[in-house]
Amino acid sequence: MRTWKVWEQRLVKGISFLAAYSVIFILLFLLFVVFSKGLKALSWGTVFSLPKGGYYFGGEGGILNAIVGSFYLSVGATVLAVIIGVPAALFINVQLIRLKRTQNTIRYLLDALWGIPSIVYGAFGFALMLLLGLHASLLAGIITVALLITPILVRAFDEVLKTIPVELQEASFSLGSTKTETALRVIFKQGLAGFITALLLAFGRGIGDAASVLFTAGYTDNIPVTLDEPVATLPLSIFFQLSSPIEEVRERAYAAAVVLTFFILLISVSARFLSKRYAKNIIK
Amino acid sequence: MITYPVFSYQKAKKPQRMVNHQEKQTPIIEVKGLNVRTREGEILKNINLQIPRNKIVVLLGPSGCGKTTLLKSLNRLTDLHKELQVSGEVLIDGVDILKVSRDLPIMRQKMGLLSQRPFPLPVSIYRNVAYGLKLKGIRSKDLIAHSVESNLKRVGLWDEVKNRLNSPANSLSIGQQQRLCLARGLAVKPAIILADEPTSALDPISTKIIENLFKELKEHYTIILVTHVLRQAVRLADHVVFMYYGDIIEQGHPDDILKRPQTEVLKKYLVDGN
Repeated sequence: MRTWKVWEQRLVKGISFLAAYSVIFILLFLLFVVFSKGLKALSWGTVFSLPKGGYYFGGEGGILNAIVGSFYLSVGATVLAVIIGVPAALFINVQLIRLKRTQNTIRYLLDALWGIPSIVYGAFGFALMLLLGLHASLLAGIITVALLITPILVRAFDEVLKTIPVELQEASFSLGSTKTETALRVIFKQGLAGFITALLLAFGRGIGDAASVLFTAGYTDNIPVTLDEPVATLPLSIFFQLSSPIEEVRERAYAAAVVLTFFILLISVSARFLSKRYAKNIIK
Repeated sequence: MITYPVFSYQKAKKPQRMVNHQEKQTPIIEVKGLNVRTREGEILKNINLQIPRNKIVVLLGPSGCGKTTLLKSLNRLTDLHKELQVSGEVLIDGVDILKVSRDLPIMRQKMGLLSQRPFPLPVSIYRNVAYGLKLKGIRSKDLIAHSVESNLKRVGLWDEVKNRLNSPANSLSIGQQQRLCLARGLAVKPAIILADEPTSALDPISTKIIENLFKELKEHYTIILVTHVLRQAVRLADHVVFMYYGDIIEQGHPDDILKRPQTEVLKKYLVDGN
């Protein structure tokens, strides 16, 4: 009996070890493939110049249009998602406090929205675009990506708000704070680390998604100056270049993937750094 | 210009304001016909209570009898719990807190709060004590610094934290955090201290420090203390209120309540509690 327990323990430990390290291995392997193929084609020119004539057939130029475009689109979408997401999260946690069933239904719906594939958001964004009389543009892309990341942001903010103890609000009120002062000086500070993490993760999701902007953002070799112009994004740049029959262009796709991976890793590290920095005052 | 009475540690031993004999006789809090209910049922049933000035009033009773709800009704923290329906009157120095709207923050500043577990604000030690002062509109850095120092000295925390005032409040031990919360409450110069089992999470040494502080503070403040510890009630109480299932069963001097209980339910509670 005792021997069996020892073996059982070893088996569980072995499976856990294998599972954990296989995840790390897959990540490292992915980074190895992307970087080994992409670094060859990566240069200052790739990052800091716009595509010139015949770029997608092996001509000169770079992917600055896609880098800046992705940045514009993700920032715009994140701002829009915050404008919708923060009041929504507050509404769930403050106004619906007595209606637990409604609260849970909304949370369930948001979780379901989180799980919908981004191509569906793309198709919905396209339909919405036609309905509003827009054409493929930065604005249409921002709206579609905002639709994609808003449920993520609302649920993340919601989870942060749920963890803030009611006693902390009581402490603030008992010192003579108004609701606004409590929200800004206490709740916001207590949740800041979580809010920043949620924001950066939503931004990361927005910058890395190709399917949702496939029909709505269009594509251009220029950097858009107005919201009405089409915009290039890194995921679409990778997609278009990788579909090319020319080897050199496919290598450039991996260079764009290196840039995108770098941004995602930078966002992830920043989220970790900032959340740690702002978490030092958190009351647990 | 807002004038703020400065007090040092030594000065704090003197009364903060002159209270005439007649005022001393009148209760600082009067609860009339207070009912608190949820959809499920009643938590407080027609509570009528007078809290005398500058005394330690202990609310005693088994878990779930409504002590904390009564305490939270006094400074209207029941507003945070939307499921609670409150009716009746809670007169603080003659003003019904249940009826005020715009002046609620000012009314709440009259009552410092100590909860079961200390909840310092998510800022530094210094800013915790300064928080209430800034809410009062005090902008003078010198005045704030002076008040922070004197209140931290008052709760015996100054020597332990004077070299790390900018450290996060959560870096303190639980006992130190509770004293910080007391200093934070005292800084806004309340008349009443509401203490909801403030020593339940503390070690015996920290408990003793808080109890001794209460004994000193009652000279200038009215303290309403919720506790489960009968010995603590014996040590501190000037007036005991025994509650059971949302009702006040008995109240009076600790000797009468704790040594000569009149009701069976209190007798049983005291036997089980001991």
